[in-house]
Amino acid sequence: MNDDTIALRAEGLYKVFGRHADEAVIQLHRGTPRDELPSGTTAAVIDASFEVRSGEIFVVMGLSGSGKSTLIRMLNGLHDATAGSVEVAGERITDIPAKRLREIRQKRISMVFQHFALLPHRTVLDNVAYGLEIQGMPLDERVARARKVTEIVGLKGWEEKHPAELSGGMQQRVGLARALAADTDVLLMDEAFSALDPLIRREMQDQLLELQAELGKTIIFITHDLNEAMYIGDRIAVMRDGRIVQIGSPEDILTNPANDYVEQFVQDVDRTKVLTAESVMRKPRAVVHVGAGPRAALTTMRDEQLAGAYVVNKDRTIVGWVRDRDVFDLVRRGEKDLAPVIQADHGAVATDTALADLFIPSLEAALPLGVLDGRSRLVGVIPRVTLLAALGGEPEAAATATPRPDPLPAEVVDKVLGAAVGARAAEPKEAV
Amino acid sequence: MDIRIPVGTWIKSFFDWLEDSFSWFFEGLREVLIWMFDAVDWVFATPPALVVIALVAFGALLARGWRFAVGSVVGLLFIMSVNQWDNAIDSLALVLVAAFLAVAISIPLGIWAARNDTVSKIVKPVMDFLQTLPAFVYLIPALALFRVGVAPGIIATLIFAMAPGVRLTELGIRGVDKEVVEAGQAFGAHPRRILRQIQIPLAMPSIMAGINQIIMLSLSMVVIAGLVGARGLGGDVAQAISALNVGLGFEAGLSVVVLAILLDRFTASFGKGLGLYSRWRKSYVAKKEAEEQARFDAEIIEVGGPRRSPGGGAG
Ligand SMILES: Nc1ncnc2c1ncn2[C@@H]1O[C@H](COP(=O)(O)OP(=O)(O)OP(=O)(O)O)[C@@H](O)[C@H]1O
Ligand SMILES: [Mg+2]
Repeated sequence: MNDDTIALRAEGLYKVFGRHADEAVIQLHRGTPRDELPSGTTAAVIDASFEVRSGEIFVVMGLSGSGKSTLIRMLNGLHDATAGSVEVAGERITDIPAKRLREIRQKRISMVFQHFALLPHRTVLDNVAYGLEIQGMPLDERVARARKVTEIVGLKGWEEKHPAELSGGMQQRVGLARALAADTDVLLMDEAFSALDPLIRREMQDQLLELQAELGKTIIFITHDLNEAMYIGDRIAVMRDGRIVQIGSPEDILTNPANDYVEQFVQDVDRTKVLTAESVMRKPRAVVHVGAGPRAALTTMRDEQLAGAYVVNKDRTIVGWVRDRDVFDLVRRGEKDLAPVIQADHGAVATDTALADLFIPSLEAALPLGVLDGRSRLVGVIPRVTLLAALGGEPEAAATATPRPDPLPAEVVDKVLGAAVGARAAEPKEAV
Repeated sequence: MDIRIPVGTWIKSFFDWLEDSFSWFFEGLREVLIWMFDAVDWVFATPPALVVIALVAFGALLARGWRFAVGSVVGLLFIMSVNQWDNAIDSLALVLVAAFLAVAISIPLGIWAARNDTVSKIVKPVMDFLQTLPAFVYLIPALALFRVGVAPGIIATLIFAMAPGVRLTELGIRGVDKEVVEAGQAFGAHPRRILRQIQIPLAMPSIMAGINQIIMLSLSMVVIAGLVGARGLGGDVAQAISALNVGLGFEAGLSVVVLAILLDRFTASFGKGLGLYSRWRKSYVAKKEAEEQARFDAEIIEVGGPRRSPGGGAG
C-alpha cells in the first residue's frame, strides 16, 4: 500500500483518563490488564493501530464504553492522545501547535455528531455554511455552496428554518451537509445515525452510501449496531474494552471471527444482508457447452443426478439452461442440436447480490440458482439447501447437502443412451 | 480565657493602608462614579415627568405588550402623585449605574471562570462571601474610601449585586451542550470564536437571568445606600426611620416596589418573544420567508413555463 492511498493512519494510540496517565501507558504496554490499573485511571483506548484508505468506509464497532468515541475524538484532536500518533493525509496531527491543528480541521477532516450538534440559533443554511465561514470563505460564495449541499442532502426549501423546526432525520441531514460542505477528504461520524428511528436510519445509510460513491469521501464511522456496520462498512474494526480485537471486511468478521468475543458479537447479525451470493456459492456441477450435443448433455445430467443443466459458451458466458426430459426427447428422436430446447430464462444473479435478495430468485429458478460474474460468466451455483445452511451460520453444512430431487431415473436414461449407441456412433462427450 | 483574635484591627489597618496608598485612585474613581450618576440622572430628570412616563409606556408596549404598558403608567403616576418622582429618578440612576458596572465586571469574570477551573475554584467562594456578608458591612469601608455621597452607594451596591451575574454566566456557559462546542472545535474554530458564536449566544437566557438578578439586588441595596447619603428613595426611607414617619416611609417604600416591578419585568422580557417588537420581528421574518417561497415558485414556473406554453396556449 503506498502512502497516497492512505487517508488516515493511527499508530499505537493510547488514551488514558485520570491521573498518572503516562505511567498507565507504560504498564499497559508491559501487559498489565486494563482493570488492574489504579482506581481513578481509565484506559479508554489501548494500543490502537490502523490505516484507512482513501475513499473507504471504515467502521469502528463495539459495545458501549469500549472506547469508540474516545478513539474517533483522537483522530481530529478533540482528545489529545496520551501516546501514539495520528496522521491525516501523511501529516502528523498529534503534538502539533493549536493553530496548525485548527487548519487541518478546517481543510482535511470534519465530523458528524451523534446528537447532531447543530447551532440552534442559526438557520439550516447558516449551519451548513458554518465550516465554510470558519474557513474564511466570502459570504456570497459560502451561501451558494451551502445551498447546493443542502439540496444534495434533500433539504431544499428548508434553508431558512431553524434546527428545532426539523425532525431528527432532517437535523442529521443538516449535520451531514455541514460536514460535506466543508469539503474535507475525511469525514468522522460518531454514531451519527444512532439517535434516529430504524426506517429513517436505513434511509440515511443508503444516502450516505450514495453520497460516498459519488463524492469518494473517506469515512470513519462509529456504531454499536452490527447490522449498520455490516451494511455500510468496507472494513470493520471491532473494539472491546479499549482494544481493537479484529479488523477485516464484513464477511471476514462474520466467517472468521478472531475470537469468541467477536463470534458472540456477530451471532445476531442479519447474515442475509452481509453475505453475498459469492460467499455461499458452490462450484457448478452440471454445465454443458452450447456446442455439445444432446447425448453429452444427458450423460452429464445422469452422472451428476440432476434434473437440468446450465448451458454456456466456450468462454463460460451463460446461454440458458436445459431440462433433462427435453434433452431426453431430443436423444430419443436422434436430434444432434441442443439449441431448440435451451431456455433463456436462467434467472442467474450477480456475485455481489446479498443473500436477502436471493430467496425469490432461488424459489423461481428450476435449477440451483446460477451466479454470474461481471462478464456474465457462470462462476457458481447456489442450491436452496446451501442458502438455508448459510442462514444458520454453517456454510460448511451446505457442502454435504443432497442435490435437488427428481432427476430422471438413471436406468431409463441408460436405456435410451444405450439404444442410441446401438443405432449410431457415440457422440464425443463434451460436458464440463 | 480571654483569647481574642484582632481580626477587626487587621482589617481596619488594611483599609487604612488602602486609603493612604491609593487615595488618588479612589478619588478618581469617585469622580467617575459621580459623573456617571449625574449623566444618567440628567437624562431622566431633564424631560418633564409625563414625557418620561409616556416613553416608558411605549417601551413597555414594545417589550411586553399593552397590559404592561398600562401597569407601568399607573405605577409611575402613583410615584408622581406621592411626590417621589425626583427621588425615584435618583434611585433609578443609581441602580442603572451600579447594575451596569456590575454586569460589566461579572460577565467577563463568569466567562473566565467557565473556561478555567482554577479561576472558578477561586471565584466561587469569593462570590459566596460577598453575597452573604451583610450588606451594611460594605458601607463602612466604602464610606471610608469614597466619603459620603452617591459613590459609596454605587460601590456597595455593585459589590453586593455582582455575585449572581458571575454565577449564572459561568453556569450558563458550562451548561452549553458539549457536543455543540465540540462541533465548533471540530470545524477548526478559534476558542474565542466559539465563545462569541456558540457559547455566549446559547448561554444568553442564563446570562439574562443573571442581569435581572443584578438589577433586582441593586434595587434592594438602594434603600441601604440612602443611609450613606446617596440621594433618592433610600434617603427618604432613612429619614422616615429616624423621624418615625410611617407615611413617608410607606410612600418611599411603595415607590421602590413600583421601580422594582418595572425593572424586573423589563429585564425579564428580553429574548422571550413578548410584546410588539417581537411581533413585528416575527411578521418581518415571515414576510421574508414568503418572499423566498415566491421566488422559488417563480423559478419553477420559469423553468416549466416555456415548455408548457406552446402546446397549452394553442389547444
Ligand atoms: N472525559 C472522560 N473522563 C474520564 N473517563 C472517560 C472520559 N470519556 C470517556 N471515559 C471513559 O472511557 C471509556 C470509553 O468511553 P467512550 O465514550 O469512548 O465509549 P464508547 O465506546 O463511545 O461508548 P458509547 O457507545 O456509550 O458511546 C468509558 O469507560 C468511559 O467511562
Ligand atoms: Mg460514544
